[in-house]
Amino acid sequence: MATMNMLQAINNALDIAMAEDEKVICFGEDVGIFGGVFRATSHLQEKYGKARCFNTPLVEQGIIGFANGLAAQGSVAVAEIQFADYIFPAFDQIVNETAKFRYRSGDLFNVGGLTIRTPYGGGISGGLYHSQSPEAYFTHTPGLKVVVPRNPYQAKGLLLAAIRDPDPVLFLEPKRLYRAAVGEVPEEDYQLPIGEAEVIKEGTDITLVGWGAQMEVISKAAELAEEQGIACEVIDLRSLLPWDVDTVAESVFKTGRMIVSHEAPLTGGFAGEIAATIQERCFLYLESPITRVTGLDTPFPLVLEKEYLPDHLKIFEAIRESVNF
Amino acid sequence: MMTQYVHQPSFMTGDEFSIETFCLLNPDGELYEGAEEPALTREHARKLYQAMLATRILDERMMAAQRQGRLSFYMQCTGEEAAVVGAAAALDDADMIMAQYREQGALMYRGFSIDEFMNQLFGNELDYGKGRQMPIHYGSRKLHYMTISSPLATQIPQATGYAYGQKLAGEGHCTLTFFGEGAASEGDFHAALNMASVHQVPVIFFCRNNGYAISTPSTEQFAADGIAPRAFGYHMHVIRVDGNDALAVYEATRQARKIAVEQNQPVLIEAMSYRLAAHSSSDDPSGYRAKSEEEAWRVKDPLLRMQRWLAKKGWWSDEEEATQQETLRREVLETMKRAEKRPPPPLESLISDVYADVTPALQRQLDQLKRHIRRYPEAYPRGAKSLDLTLSSATDSQGEA
Ligand SMILES: Cc1ncc(C[n+]2csc(CCOP(=O)(O)OP(=O)(O)O)c2C)c(N)n1
Ligand SMILES: [Mg+2]
Repeated sequence: MATMNMLQAINNALDIAMAEDEKVICFGEDVGIFGGVFRATSHLQEKYGKARCFNTPLVEQGIIGFANGLAAQGSVAVAEIQFADYIFPAFDQIVNETAKFRYRSGDLFNVGGLTIRTPYGGGISGGLYHSQSPEAYFTHTPGLKVVVPRNPYQAKGLLLAAIRDPDPVLFLEPKRLYRAAVGEVPEEDYQLPIGEAEVIKEGTDITLVGWGAQMEVISKAAELAEEQGIACEVIDLRSLLPWDVDTVAESVFKTGRMIVSHEAPLTGGFAGEIAATIQERCFLYLESPITRVTGLDTPFPLVLEKEYLPDHLKIFEAIRESVNF
Repeated sequence: MMTQYVHQPSFMTGDEFSIETFCLLNPDGELYEGAEEPALTREHARKLYQAMLATRILDERMMAAQRQGRLSFYMQCTGEEAAVVGAAAALDDADMIMAQYREQGALMYRGFSIDEFMNQLFGNELDYGKGRQMPIHYGSRKLHYMTISSPLATQIPQATGYAYGQKLAGEGHCTLTFFGEGAASEGDFHAALNMASVHQVPVIFFCRNNGYAISTPSTEQFAADGIAPRAFGYHMHVIRVDGNDALAVYEATRQARKIAVEQNQPVLIEAMSYRLAAHSSSDDPSGYRAKSEEEAWRVKDPLLRMQRWLAKKGWWSDEEEATQQETLRREVLETMKRAEKRPPPPLESLISDVYADVTPALQRQLDQLKRHIRRYPEAYPRGAKSLDLTLSSATDSQGEA
């Protein structure tokens, strides 16, 4: 075991993947000698050469188009989009190409070797364009997998799984935790399963569901609730597409209550999908309405970021309302 | 175009053409032999230089303020003042400017006040953008300066569209859009140039080629001879200019504007310069470029060149330089203190301007937020202040978290 922050864990996963398989190729804006603006690809160019780790021109649609072609050829493409806010020039390549490559060709061709890494999320005074959580645009796209780690251990295991997964994966990295989240991480190779949620705390009164950086916030709310004698079951979805309905439903059968929380706006957010599915599966077990604690239906603000964010106090209030319903 | 047939295959690379760099002043501020001085009045030339100087000083002070933790983020125009201000000075003040983010000099030239800069930088209640965007994302309707958007290159095709509207309006105005050589790699750049050429639009595409896109040197950004040759692919007028020579930039842009407005033809200008400072306050260039390279460019400082030219004409003096610098520094500091103390925009600004009118759903979300803040005022100092709640009284037991 070693102590690593999330960036080190990601860097370590990339290093292991590149050392093991020379088909693994990492690229994106500034990822070369500089190691990326967050340094997730530090030293990879030094170690594996310019042909396998390099700067691209500044063009996201080009990066992902190139990555699709490279993956179709049989390479393992790990493309970085500098900020999730800047993934949209590549939206067409991801939604119409990455996600549909296998299906439209009758499995003659696929881009399963592709992993797109990108930092997402707020809490860093980034304003409109350095804070967004765009997961729901992509969870609406069959053919993609969408994975979000919550800590360094998860990041390494899930990223290695994503790189080796037979399908293309969008790997959303909670940038607020890049340096803030520090933990024990095995130095050797390991993978964590894509498509399986994890119950990170057991409880009987209410189920709290989230992913990525929001898990830290949810856990804090659960502690506040605990002080009031409310036992929360906390679930990290880890993988949004596909998502682990069984684990969540199992929990709600037990607790009869659920809150889902994400930073992205309420309307059309992924919490809506979870709420709809769970009320179908668990209708007769529900003791109170499923609640969503999310960002507002506005662009991401700057000065009033604190007010906007679905913090632990807002979640705690929602927990109180749910148990007192 | 007439097709010419040949019967031996031959491939071209573009090396058949070479694009010269237009320059008027040498680093000592003297006109090159054969160069013609643009018809700038004393007043106009001084205004141009003063905007460059004010930009330099604003940038120095604000980067220092960022280092002191007074500001969350900053970006300097340092080294590129001649390119940016020279271009603005050649436009009509009612022409539209759509910038990338490093072009505060253009706004300075048009008369954006230090107060206005500060209000945006601190996102206070007087910020036109209502505290929603990161520092340096300025905008001014009255100065015809489109609000900055961080996603790169998006403003370039918008400039084509804006200018097409100006052409239809028939008032003789054009749009100038600034962008970096990095941003020119985006698909939006190519779409913008092609559409402008096809639809004969009065737009000036002004590329600041400053050698870097964050850490990526231009040698890893494109294989061709800079950005300028791309104009050929769209059958567009193009000129490359020494971006550290304010007079040359002014003259190139003045003539480009004539082409745009009088002939409804787009023009591409590539200004060769260097980003002397870090990419932003979040960046440290020592990880990707040599100090000696920076030093080599520091010698070509665009301010010194313009200042020397002005001095030779008797239009500027060392004493004036000293007093202006002193006055500007004082103004920046005093204005900063004022702007810092101003309250943030009100809570309502969270939900306004999403649409022309606030929707009922948004109003409900805000009302819910207000109830929540009343319960935990300590946790949301800005929201609480906006609701006129006095802190540290009647706070819920969890509220201090
Ligand atoms: C679409 C998009 N991709 C990436 C970024 C992140 N980014 C901000 S500035 C920058 C470099 C821009 O370089 P250049 O266009 O040369 O302008 P300069 O900073 O040199 O003035 C990058 C990659 C962004 N803002 N938007
Ligand atoms: Mg540049």
